[in-house]
Amino acid sequence: MTIGQPLQPGDEIPVFARAADFDAWNRYAAVNAEFVPIHMDDAAGRQAGHETAIGMGNLGVSQINCMLRSWLNGHGRIASVALQFRSPALRGRTNVAHGRVKSVYDADHARTITLDVWIDDDDGTVLTRGTATVEGPSR
Amino acid sequence: MSASLITPAMADAVGTDIFRTRSYPIAASDIRKWALAVYHPQSPPPQFWDGGSTGDDIVAPEEFNPFAWMTADPPGPPSALGPAGPSLESLLGLPNVGLAYMLNGGIEVDYGAPMRPGDVITSITTVADYSEREGRLGPMLISRTRSEWTKGDGARVKTQINTLIRYGTS
Repeated sequence: MTIGQPLQPGDEIPVFARAADFDAWNRYAAVNAEFVPIHMDDAAGRQAGHETAIGMGNLGVSQINCMLRSWLNGHGRIASVALQFRSPALRGRTNVAHGRVKSVYDADHARTITLDVWIDDDDGTVLTRGTATVEGPSR
Repeated sequence: MSASLITPAMADAVGTDIFRTRSYPIAASDIRKWALAVYHPQSPPPQFWDGGSTGDDIVAPEEFNPFAWMTADPPGPPSALGPAGPSLESLLGLPNVGLAYMLNGGIEVDYGAPMRPGDVITSITTVADYSEREGRLGPMLISRTRSEWTKGDGARVKTQINTLIRYGTS
């Protein structure tokens, strides 16, 4: 299923799953200058009221975008993303980005698709929820 | 009932330009490092690293941050908003709000022209609004900032609203 194929509201696009741990967080901290104790130290995370160190909200934006880009596979672009960060990503879990088609609009060989997007973890906790809009060719 | 966290000076600051910054020209290697980080442990798609004969014919992932480590203006390490930067109020010349912790509450971003190697990006950030509510861990201050990124030719790269949640006494 790609952006140009028949799509219906409710269709889900392939997920993007990543381990939530220092292995990924430290790499992201290195490129985004985000060396903050709650992202690097379980004790700092607990002091701030969490079970462990927590992941960066901005990394969740990247994971949603990675999911959308993988699905688009070069045949379209991400027009907009709006996300609420509802629960922090706890260390040791797996975070999975999801997208479900909400609406499809075709006009002049161009297609605009809105999707509900979210990230949850293997404990069933929804970390991030929002919407995204992508644009591309209709065929 | 506790006093409001939002002082009259903070309310008056809504709509104010608080920060303007300009990046150095984006380096192809910075784009590659970003892509490696966000796709880890898989390899990123080739449009983010396979730059042809010059090595520079790539684009940046939409969420790439050209201001992360150092900026051309103001020169030196970044002082942009964020967990590792100064508070919004310090940029406004206002007293610290006295809350110990912060969380990224959310983001709304509208993407325009893609960023490429050599692009110089200018960001102008304004105070969008303040609000407050009672949370599980006590009073929470919610501030939103709006940033507009443009290239040297005036092309809009993105418009982004960030929500920052602060809570907890120091």
